[in-house]
Amino acid sequence: MPTIFSRLLGSLLPLALSGAALAGEVQVAVAANFSAPMQALAAQFAQASGHQALLSFGSTGKFYAQISNGAPFDILLSADRSTPATLISDGSAVPGSQFTYASGRLVLWSAQPGRVDDQGAVLERGEFAHLAISNPATAPYGAAALEVLRGLGLEQRLKNRLVQGDSITQAYQFVASGNAELGFIALSQVYLDGRITRGSAWQVPAERHAPLQQDAVLLTRGQANPAALALLEHLRSAPAKALIARYGYGVD
Amino acid sequence: MSAEDLGAIWLTLKLATLVTLLLLLLGTPLAWWLARTRSPWKTPIAALVAMPLVLPPTVMGFYLLLLLGPQGPLGQLTQALGLGLLPFSFAGLVLASMLYSLPFVVQPLQNAFAAIGPRPLEVAATLRASPWDSFRHVVLPLARPGFISASVLGFAHTVGEFGVVLMIGGNIPDKTRVVAVQIYDHVEAMQYANAHVLAGCLLLFSFVVLLVLNRQQRKIVHD
Repeated sequence: MPTIFSRLLGSLLPLALSGAALAGEVQVAVAANFSAPMQALAAQFAQASGHQALLSFGSTGKFYAQISNGAPFDILLSADRSTPATLISDGSAVPGSQFTYASGRLVLWSAQPGRVDDQGAVLERGEFAHLAISNPATAPYGAAALEVLRGLGLEQRLKNRLVQGDSITQAYQFVASGNAELGFIALSQVYLDGRITRGSAWQVPAERHAPLQQDAVLLTRGQANPAALALLEHLRSAPAKALIARYGYGVD
Repeated sequence: MSAEDLGAIWLTLKLATLVTLLLLLLGTPLAWWLARTRSPWKTPIAALVAMPLVLPPTVMGFYLLLLLGPQGPLGQLTQALGLGLLPFSFAGLVLASMLYSLPFVVQPLQNAFAAIGPRPLEVAATLRASPWDSFRHVVLPLARPGFISASVLGFAHTVGEFGVVLMIGGNIPDKTRVVAVQIYDHVEAMQYANAHVLAGCLLLFSFVVLLVLNRQQRKIVHD
C-alpha cells in the first residue's frame, strides 16, 4: 500500500507543480446575458491557453458597486459601454483596455410555441397578464425593452403588466416558468446556431432601440495577471468571435 | 425621500402588519398543539415549521415560483378557485412571507405555552372553567410575553425579507416593491444617496425592535 501511495504521489506531484507554474487563474465578472457563451468561451480558453477563467454572473450595476468596493475581479464583461468607462475614470480599471466584445440582440419570447409571432403583433393584441423585462434602471436590456414599447406606442398601455427581473436571467426565469406569458430577454438565452431553441420569439429589429454594445475592460487588480491579459486577447481572436456569433451576438 | 421610496415603506408596513396578524391567528393553535401534543407527528411538523430558519430564501422563492406558476399544483389550484396566479401580486407576497416568517411567530408562542405547563390549567379545570375560559383567562395572560416576542419578531422578519420577494415579486411599484428591494435597486442603479436614506431607516428600525425586545425580556425577569 505505501508503495502504491508514494508512487501515485510521485507521479502526481510534479504534474501538479508544473501545472501551477504554467496555468494561471483569472476572475471574471460577466454580465448575466452573456452567461451561456462565456461558459463555452471559458472552456475554449482553457484548452487554448491552459489558463482557468473563474466566472461570476450578475447584473452590471451590482458588479460596479462590488468592484468599486474592492471585489477581487480581474476583468469585467459589461452589458453596456458606460460602466467600463466610469470604472476607468474612477481609477478602478485600466485606461485604453476597453473594447466591444459583442453587440446584443433583444428578443420578445414566450415559453409556449406559437404564442409570439415574428412581427411582435402579440404585444398589440394584449392577450397576456404579465410582460417580463429586466430592471430598466440597471440593465441595458430592460432599458432597450422600454424603448421598443415606447416606439410601438404601447408603454402607457402595458405599464401595469410589466414585471421586472433583477437581471435578464431572472426575466428569463419568469417567462420560462410560465408565470409571465411574455418577456423581453437577450437573444443569446434562447438561441443557438441560427435558430430559436425553444418556445416562440420575435427577434426585435436592431433599429428599434439604441445599440446594445457590450464592452470588456481590464480592472486594475488584473493588470499584472498574465491569465487576464491572455483572456482579453482570446476574446478578440477569430475562434472566440465565431463562438460568440453562434449565440446570436453581433461581432465586428 | 421620493414618492417611490414612501410607497415602498407604506407597502412594507402593510405587508408586515397583515402577515403578523394572520400568523398570530394561525400560529396560536399550531403552537398550542405543538406545546401540548404527544403525537408522533409532533417532531416532523415542528421540523417543517422550522425549515424557513435554515433554508436559503432563494430556495423558497424558487420553489414558490414553480409551485405557484401555471404548471405548479398550487398555481393550478388558485386558478381553479378563480384567484388567478399569485406570483407578482400582493397576495402572493403575503403567502410567501407567512411561510418565511412562520417559525418566528410559532416558536416564541410554543415556548411560552410550554413554560406555563399543565398545572394552571388543571387548577382552572377544578374551578369549573371551560377549556375556552381557561385559555382566555389563564393561558393568554401568562403567555403575553410570548405573544409580544412573536409579534415583534414576525413583523421585523417580514420587513427584512428580501430573497423570496426578489424571486416571486417582479418588482412592481406599490404591489411588490418592498423597502428591501427598493434599497437593492438604488444600489444597483448607483443611487447611493437614496440607498443610504432607506438603509438608515431600516438600521434604526432594527435597533429599536431589538431594544424593545430586550426591555421586554428584562421586565419579565424582574417581574
